[in-house]
Amino acid sequence: MSQPVLEIENLQTHFFTDRGQIPAVDGVTITVNKGEVLGIVGESGCGKSVTSLSVMKLVPNPPGKIVGGSIKFKGEDLVLASEKRMREIRGNEIAMIFQEPMTSLNPVYTIGDQIGEAIRLHMKVGKKEALGRAVEMLKKVGIPRAEGIVREYPHQLSGGMRQRVMIAMAMACNPELLIADEPTTALDVTIQAQILDLMRHVNKESGTAILLITHDLGVVAEMCHRVVVMYAGNVVEEGDVRTILKEPKHPYTIGLLNSLPKLEVSQERLYSIPGNVPIPGSIQMGCRFSPRCEQADDKCRTQMPELKTVGANHRARCWMT
Amino acid sequence: MALLAYTIRRLLMLIPVLLGMSLIVFAIIHAIPGDPALTILGEKASPQALADLREQLGLNNPWYMQYFHYLGNLLKGDLGVSLHSKAPITVEMGPYLAATIELTLVSMLFAVFIGVNAGIISAWKQNSWFDYTCMLIALIGVSMPVFWLGLMEQWVFAQELKWLPSIGRDNPRDPVAEITHFYIIDSILAGRWDHFRDVVEHLILPGIALGTIPMAIIARITRSSMLEVMRSDYIRTARAKGLGQFFVVYKHALKNALIPVLTIVGVQVGLLIGGAVLTETIFGWPGVGRYIYTAIGNRDYPVIQSGILVIATIFVLINLVVDLLYAYVDPRIKYR
Repeated sequence: MSQPVLEIENLQTHFFTDRGQIPAVDGVTITVNKGEVLGIVGESGCGKSVTSLSVMKLVPNPPGKIVGGSIKFKGEDLVLASEKRMREIRGNEIAMIFQEPMTSLNPVYTIGDQIGEAIRLHMKVGKKEALGRAVEMLKKVGIPRAEGIVREYPHQLSGGMRQRVMIAMAMACNPELLIADEPTTALDVTIQAQILDLMRHVNKESGTAILLITHDLGVVAEMCHRVVVMYAGNVVEEGDVRTILKEPKHPYTIGLLNSLPKLEVSQERLYSIPGNVPIPGSIQMGCRFSPRCEQADDKCRTQMPELKTVGANHRARCWMT
Repeated sequence: MALLAYTIRRLLMLIPVLLGMSLIVFAIIHAIPGDPALTILGEKASPQALADLREQLGLNNPWYMQYFHYLGNLLKGDLGVSLHSKAPITVEMGPYLAATIELTLVSMLFAVFIGVNAGIISAWKQNSWFDYTCMLIALIGVSMPVFWLGLMEQWVFAQELKWLPSIGRDNPRDPVAEITHFYIIDSILAGRWDHFRDVVEHLILPGIALGTIPMAIIARITRSSMLEVMRSDYIRTARAKGLGQFFVVYKHALKNALIPVLTIVGVQVGLLIGGAVLTETIFGWPGVGRYIYTAIGNRDYPVIQSGILVIATIFVLINLVVDLLYAYVDPRIKYR
C-alpha cells in the first residue's frame, strides 16, 4: 500500500484558558489513505473539529496550541512546518470546507473573486485566467449559469449553492486532501443529499481523499470507507464502515447506533446514552466513557484502556473487548 | 440606476430639512433680545435714525414677512447682506468656508489614516504592547480638550522648538492670488512650491488639534469592529485558502469592519465643520466658526442665519455621501 496522505499521531491540542489547560484533543491517532473517505464521528465537544483545524494549523492561538504529537502530510510533519510552508499547503494541497455555508463566504466580495483568490495565490496565474478557472469549477460542482454567478455576491445565493461554491473553492487547486467539517449539518435534507453526492463525485473523479467530520451516522454510512469514533478528545473505535455499523465493539459506538431511530421497530422512546459529554480534562483517571458506560467496572474507572485490535482493520479502546 | 434615483430622492429630502432648519434658526435669532439697529448705529444714534434704519431693514414687518422675504432670497441663492460689513454674505462667506473645509479635510485625513490603521493593527495584535499603547493614547486623545491641546502644541512646537508656525493660514507678507480660497490649491495654481510648503506647515498644528479627538474615536471603533469581524467564519475560510495574515486583515476583514467606521467618520466631519470655533480661535484661523462667532457679537442676524444654514446643509450632504458609501462597501445594502 502506498504512503498514506495524512498520518496524525498522538496529537494533543490543548486550550490555555483562565480555568487552566483544557485538553480538547488528547492523543488522537488517525490515518487517512490515498483516495479514501474517512469519517470522524462523535458528539459535540469530542474534539473532532479541533482535530481538523489542527491539521490546517488554524486552531485559534491563543488560546489553542498543539502541544504534542505529529501530523504527517505525505510524510512531512505539519506540526513543525513554518507558517510560510503552511500557507503554501492550505487551500492548495489540503483544502477545507465548513459547517456554515451562510457565514463562511465573505459577504463583501464576489464569488468569482473569492474562488479566484485561491487560484491566483497557488497557481500563480492572472486575474482573467483565475476567473476562467473559477467558472469551470463552478460548472463542475453543478452550478447553473456559472458565468453570471462569479459576478454575484454570497447573499444572492441559497445555502446549498453557497456550499457548492465552498466546494468549488476548495477543489480549485486540486488538493490531495479535503477536510469537510460537518458540511451538510446546516442544510436541509434534499440539499444534504445533493452535497454528499457532489463530494462523492469529487472523491471518485479526482481521487481526493476526504476527511469527513460529522455527527450524523447516516452520512457516514452513505459516504465513508472507514470510520473513526471520537469521544472526549480520544479515538475510541476505528474500522471499516461496515464493521463499525454492523459489529461495533465499544459501548459508546453501540450507544450511538442505538440512538438512531429505526424504521422496522416501533419505539416508545428513542434510546439515548445517559449523561453528558464530560468537560475536556475533567476525567483524570480510567476510561473517559466509564461514567456513562453501563458495563463499567472498577478497572474501567481506574485504568485507561489502550486502542487494541479487535478484528480485521478494527480497533477499539475498551477493556471489555 | 437605483443608486442615482436614491441620490435624487435624498437630495429632494434636503428641502424640508433645510426649510425646518431655516425656520428654527430664524425663530431662535428673533427670540434673542437686542436691537440690530442699535448695534449698527451705536448708543449715541438719534431715535429718528434708529427708527429709519429699522424700517429700512424691514425689522418693523411681522416676523413671517421677514421670514418669507429671507426665504425668497435664499431661493435666488442670495444669503442676504451682512448688517455689519454691508457686504453680500454669499461673497463674504466663501473664503471663510474654504478655510474651514481645508482645515477639516486635513485633520480628517490625519484622523482617518492614523485612526483606522492604529485600530486595525491593535485588533490584529490584540493584547500586545502596541495594542495597549494605542488604546492608552486613544483614551488620552478623547479626554484632551481641544483648546488645551492647541495651546500645548503652540507652546511646544511653535514657541519652544520653533518648528512650525502657530497662527494663520500662511505668511501674510507673502500671499498668493486667491482663486479657490483653498490655499493648498491656490499655491499650486500659482506654481509657488515654497508657499505650498508654508501653507502645509500652517495646517499641521491646527490639523492635529482638530483631528485628535476624531482620530481617537475612529481608532477605538475600528479596533472593536475589526475584533468582531476577525472572529467570523469567512475569515477562517480566507485563512484556509492559504492567504497571508496581511491579506486576511486588510482585504477580507477591513472592508467588513468599515461600516461603523464610516458612520463615525461622517458624523465627525460634520461636527468638525461646525465645531471648529475653538481651534480656529486659538490658531487665528479665518474659518466659518469664527465668522459666525464674530457675527453673534455684532448681532449680525443674516450672517448667523446663513452660517448655520450652510453648516447644516454640509452636514446633511456629508450624511448622504456616507449613506452612498455604505452601498459601495457592502453589496448587501440596496437602495430603493
